[in-house]
Amino acid sequence: MRYLPSSEADRKGMLEAIGIESVEQLFAGIPESLRLRRPLDIPPGLTEPELIQFFRGAAGRNATDFTSFLGAGVYRHHIPVVIDALISRSEFYTAYTPYQAEIAQGTLQAIFEFQTYITQLTGLDVANASLYDGSTGLGEAILMAHRITKRNKVFIAKSVHPEYRAVVATYARNIGIEIELIDFTESGRMDYAAIGKAIDETVAAVVVQTPNFFGTVEENSEIASIAHKHGALSIVNVCEAMSLGILKPPQDADIVVGEAQSLGIPMNFGGPHLGFLATREQFVRQMPGRLVGMGEDQKGRRAFVLTLSTREQHIRREKATSNICTNQSLCALMCAIYLATMGPKGLRHTAEQNIQKTHYAVQQIRARTKHSILFSGPRFNEFVIQLKEDYASRAQRFMRSHIIPGLHIARFYPELGNSLLVCVTETTTRDQIDALVKGLE
Amino acid sequence: MNPEGLLYTKDHEWIGITGDTATVGITLHAQEALGDVVYIELPGVGDKFEAHKSFGSVESVKAVSELFMPMSGEVTEVNSTVKDNPETLNSDPYGKGWLIRIRIANPAEASALLSAQAYDNYIATEA
Amino acid sequence: MTKENPRTSSHFQINELLVFEQGMSGRHAFDLPALDVPAVPVAEILSPTLLRDDVAGMPELGEVDVIRHFTRLSTWNYHIDLGLYPLGSCTMKYNPKINELVARLEGFSTAHPYMPAELSQGALEVQKMLETALAEITGMDAVTLQPAAGAHGELTGILMIRAYHESKGRPRRTVLVPDSAHGTNPASVTISGYEVQNIPSTPHGTVDIARLREIVNDDVAAIMVTNPNTLGIFESDIAEVCEIMHAKGALVYMDGANLNAMMGIARPGDFGIDVLHINLHKTFTTPHGGGGPGSGPVAVKKILEPFLPIPVVALKNGGNYLFDYDRPQSIGKMKAFNGQFGMHVRALCYILANGPAGLKEVSETAVLNANYIRAKLTGAYELPYDSPTLHEVVFSDKLQARFDVHVADIGKRLMDYGFHPPTISFPLIVSGALMIEPTETESRQELDAFIDAMLAIAKEAEANPELVRSAPHTTRINRVNEAAAARKPVLRWTQT
Repeated sequence: MRYLPSSEADRKGMLEAIGIESVEQLFAGIPESLRLRRPLDIPPGLTEPELIQFFRGAAGRNATDFTSFLGAGVYRHHIPVVIDALISRSEFYTAYTPYQAEIAQGTLQAIFEFQTYITQLTGLDVANASLYDGSTGLGEAILMAHRITKRNKVFIAKSVHPEYRAVVATYARNIGIEIELIDFTESGRMDYAAIGKAIDETVAAVVVQTPNFFGTVEENSEIASIAHKHGALSIVNVCEAMSLGILKPPQDADIVVGEAQSLGIPMNFGGPHLGFLATREQFVRQMPGRLVGMGEDQKGRRAFVLTLSTREQHIRREKATSNICTNQSLCALMCAIYLATMGPKGLRHTAEQNIQKTHYAVQQIRARTKHSILFSGPRFNEFVIQLKEDYASRAQRFMRSHIIPGLHIARFYPELGNSLLVCVTETTTRDQIDALVKGLE
Repeated sequence: MNPEGLLYTKDHEWIGITGDTATVGITLHAQEALGDVVYIELPGVGDKFEAHKSFGSVESVKAVSELFMPMSGEVTEVNSTVKDNPETLNSDPYGKGWLIRIRIANPAEASALLSAQAYDNYIATEA
Repeated sequence: MTKENPRTSSHFQINELLVFEQGMSGRHAFDLPALDVPAVPVAEILSPTLLRDDVAGMPELGEVDVIRHFTRLSTWNYHIDLGLYPLGSCTMKYNPKINELVARLEGFSTAHPYMPAELSQGALEVQKMLETALAEITGMDAVTLQPAAGAHGELTGILMIRAYHESKGRPRRTVLVPDSAHGTNPASVTISGYEVQNIPSTPHGTVDIARLREIVNDDVAAIMVTNPNTLGIFESDIAEVCEIMHAKGALVYMDGANLNAMMGIARPGDFGIDVLHINLHKTFTTPHGGGGPGSGPVAVKKILEPFLPIPVVALKNGGNYLFDYDRPQSIGKMKAFNGQFGMHVRALCYILANGPAGLKEVSETAVLNANYIRAKLTGAYELPYDSPTLHEVVFSDKLQARFDVHVADIGKRLMDYGFHPPTISFPLIVSGALMIEPTETESRQELDAFIDAMLAIAKEAEANPELVRSAPHTTRINRVNEAAAARKPVLRWTQT
């Protein structure tokens, strides 16, 4: 097999060195009753040209010629070509976890830069080396708040991404953490009065998302103020990290957690993406995940190293802050390259186009169609249209025009009826927006 | 080797009793086994613990060790200097590296502790 | 380069500051197409109180600056394409380049997870094919691709076990974890709401069956085993372990990290295992990426199938695939969307490239390579357990410790010989453990070079211990002062 480099002669020599005649003898320790004595029933091995043909065929059965207005936690943005060029270097993608700092400084410095970028975007003191994604990151943030406050209840805005809330429920259920949902108002924002009415000293954290699932920008200062008054932490979840390029970072948050896929990572049908978590310095020892620190070697040269490892599973085992082992290292590198490429002005400019194009789409839909735009609050690059008629009839028409007009959110919010969550980014052209509007007329 | 005026536990803590108060720390052997101490987690003043219960932890780069109360008591003082300079625990475990001071709840518990000689024997056989 | 060590030589590497220390104002590396809608100023669309200043501290770089910066960083990394990683338990095998090509096909990389199913049939088919193949390879009945990594898979598996017991009336209280287990195992138990109960190993390094019989009762929900275990030894009593557990209504979880030892040779499902996770970034060659992304599919027997996380990839009448969310007994969602799809494509490509004969050859060669190293290093290094081992072998530093040379030093000195160190100080049941797993993609030449290096270091430990204790000598930086870095952690760059 072409990935196995030893020749017949090599193998014979190795068998001799071991003192046996055949490889089969090495498996003598496996009882015969447990041996598989037939070939695996999987497709026969393919050559390289056959593999390419097969996967081209499969990829071809995924539509690439549709105009999509899907967002909802996974976003289409321009991805600079330099990212793939750099991460295709095998020095980066075939490298192991940087436990041996002397021969992993490339990975370590890049992750240190990623950590720094996240603190700059979020305005908090410290960020970890990444988590699997935003949804598990939110789960981890809630466990963290539980550890810090020793309390068992968490308030979560209903406008937090429904899949994120579902993941949190899975994480929280078995450690006795109770989740209480707080509704949204007509503006689309979390109901502050409702938080104030329900909160007490049993609440570990109040969680809001901004921009929230409906695309509405939330302001955290009042939410944080209510939370802190009762000794609870303020957690802010961000699904659309591009927004941090132009919007003020969440005010007074204790933990900002979320998804950085928007910053240089392809949509990839849902993964791999990039979770991030940032917090205040005082909570650093309660953070899950790896941390890269800056120090010196024996000769006083600058050196980066994995640090504060005693929080982690390989040392604390059952008392660890999390069970997490791998992070999303290569994706964190992609994000660092993206931010280095865009710079603060490029990032801002891109975020601006998101806002401007979304604004145009909203205006056109209001002016030219009979549907209403839900929620009066400010938005970044997503909004909700409440359709005046049943979605199914429109859906067929859009499919024929090769347009996916957005996400039908009745599956998550049945109370919002025939509603479509629409996302417009810098990659959406005016013609595409106009075609969407025409399809809605 | 270990100071005579102190009593010891098998978990490598030492305790120096004066009347109904005592000072608690970890032994030379303990800090050697740990290596360079990087972080110390200590309780607050007023916290109460039973004997043998964990009152904190000591971390080196690659290991964490819990700290166990030699006797039951209430914490009256916490050494904040050693928290800020954990290397003191390595350099002076019996002096500046003290960890907490307690008010002893039950003086009779001292009889279960090891004398310096007994502790020396214990670590010699354990090694 | 010396006669004694012909593998390494010195070569220039270019230093590189942090990106934040380099940005000049006014450079840019990316141009956006011009705005094609009316240019309404953002401050008229959103209240200015919502807007920030430009992110402070972010540097401005040109394209060449970005390329140079990260390229220079990359030259400081050891990586598989350079040479062997003998890391026990990590299965650092070659990452085939075709995997990278197919994962980047436009239909896959630009696919949105919420696309209607009829527009994502290719992706769904890839997932279903991978599930089917993994089920066959492991001898199990169903597979979920949702978990993002091995540890996440462990959590998923334990949660399914919990849901199973709850469906029978009572979740039970503890999970048995061998003292040789990987640290993620007890950590996963704790966050599932169970208590860890440690079970000791026999002097041969295997699960103590007699002790197991004593401990297991109807308060025990499950045992987590690794087979072959973390010493590389096949637990030949595994069927009995499963019987003992099942007799008390408990289940058996297997950590599948060591699957590379037995593909096509033995299958966990046939041992009686109820649930296991698979590390695609180990056995199935998805790249390590410097620490991730990984992927941890979980395979289950029929009794646990109702509890699989949602969504499940299902085949509808008419031959179309879709995501099925209607699973009332499911443990729920482990992660948003559909798992680490990009890694699924790569793993499937690897499986299809090998076929049944190829995968068997992979495991046979992995075991041959590890035993070759074992034969050549025994004597020079202490072998704490002399049971037969499969794809990995654990030595200890006992012989070298006589000269005050320890396992970390040996690892560091290996760097001077042009290798990454093996796994050190794990499993915890061996003091001064050196765990070596070469994998099957190493040639005899590479193995011999590694063996020669290890033998040379063993000699050096005796003749010149200080040389080993102060290693590495030829790397870009030498040992980092980790204690200082941990005492006063500096976790980001700040403007001074």
